[in-house]
Formats: sequence, C-alpha cells, structure tokens
Amino acid sequence: MSLYAVIFYLLAVIMIISTVLAITRRFLVHSVVFLIISFLATGLLFYLLGAPFLAALQVILYAGAIMVLFLFIVVTLVVEEREQKGLESFRQWIPAIVLSVISFFVAGVLLFEAPGSRETLPAGLATPAAFGQFIFKNYWFPVEIASFLLLIGLVGTLYLGRRKPKEAGNQLEDKR
Amino acid sequence: MIVPYGNVLLLAVILFLLGAVCALTRRNLLMILVGVEIMLNAAGLALVGASLKWRLLDGQAFVLFIFAVAASEVAVGLALIVYSQHRTGSVNADHYNLMKG
Repeated sequence: MSLYAVIFYLLAVIMIISTVLAITRRFLVHSVVFLIISFLATGLLFYLLGAPFLAALQVILYAGAIMVLFLFIVVTLVVEEREQKGLESFRQWIPAIVLSVISFFVAGVLLFEAPGSRETLPAGLATPAAFGQFIFKNYWFPVEIASFLLLIGLVGTLYLGRRKPKEAGNQLEDKR
Repeated sequence: MIVPYGNVLLLAVILFLLGAVCALTRRNLLMILVGVEIMLNAAGLALVGASLKWRLLDGQAFVLFIFAVAASEVAVGLALIVYSQHRTGSVNADHYNLMKG
C-alpha cells in the first residue's frame, strides 16, 4: 500500500467518523463543529485527488463561509432544548437506516463487480491556472449563470430578512 | 498510485447516505439543511474522483458549480429558517402542520 493510499484511508475514516458524530449530536453547535472537521478532511482529499484549487475553495467556502453562517444562525436562534431530548422518535430512524444499509450494500457490490474497478488511480494534478483557463474556455456560460444564481440568492436573502414597516402590515398577520 | 476509483465512489456513497439519514431523521430544520450539505459534498467528492480517473477537468468544473449552488442554497435556506422562526417561534419541522399535511 502506497503512502497515498494510507492518506486516503486515514482521511476517509476521519470523514466518516466526524460525519456520524455530526448527525447524531443533540446540540447543534457540536454537530456544526464536527461537520467543519469533516469538510476540512474533504478538502485534503480533494488535494490528494489532484484538485488543489477546489481544495482551497472547499476550505474557504464550505469549512469557512458556509459553516460559519450555520454557526452564526445556530447561536442566534433560540432553539427549544426540551423537544430535542433523545434524538426524537425511532419511527423515522429505523426505515432510514434500513434503506441506507440496503443501498450501501447494493452500491458496494455494483462498484466492486464493475469492470476495471481494480486498477488504481494514477496521481495527477490540475494546476489552478490550467483549471481556470479550462473553466473560462469551456464553461464560461455556466459561470455567468452561477454568478446570476448567487445574485438571486443575495436578493432573496435580503428580501426575506428585511424588516417590515409596521403600518403596512402583512395581510396574513391581519387575518390572525 | 492512490486507490481504486471504486473506493472513492464507495466513500462518496457512505457520505451521501449519512447525509440522507440526517435529512430524513432529524426534525430540526437546521439539521435538515446540514444533511443536504453533506449530500452535496459527497457528490462533489465522486466528481473529483471521476475527474482524476478519466483525466478530464469537467468533473472539477462541475464541483465548482456545486459550490455556487450550495452557497446560494444555504444563504436562502438559512434566511427562510430565520424568517419562519420569527413567524412561528419554532425550528422543529413537526410544528409546521398548519395545513394538516
């Protein structure tokens, strides 16, 4: 087993453990912090798989911006702690876990029976310069759409977060 | 030489299913959004692995657009959660039963 394979399995174990911890914590702050660990490990895995630009974006965007946004909302929202006891009912957990285990085994069998599944990936590297040139040569239109999408997200967030004028009262609130 | 592509895909499958379990079972709106984030991340991992296997940059380009979609989705989703928490005083998905659905 090469050094790269050892790093891959180490990162995989870190990601799986921290994600499992993240989705089972009762306190939201704990789960968000575990998720940051998971996303940092994903960024390292991107670097290992030859995408250094995406690794940097993963750390800046996911582990940085998005998770800090989550953390900010979690600490500012008043979350009722009483109803979070005992991770809710098992009515939802049993079918979700059973279906996940079944699809995990189906996916595992499919992946390891596929032709050419034994050959290892060669190490490669896409430099940020080559990646940027590729993006703006072949995918310039999706880049524009993505920027438009971000603008729409900004406008939507501002619309939802605006403070309503008191005298203009919302119709729905009047009817209550 | 890293690992077979099947191992990368299997890791992505495991993370995707963990995200799906999180989105299905937790009744807190924030945790549902976290589950969606985990699923998007797993999809990005599979795409980066495929990009290395076939030596094409298209997979990495798609991950870039997944990042853009995830960022705007989180911004709008969190704004919606804050808005509905102000309206109803709760972030529990089971409390949004005004329409008896």
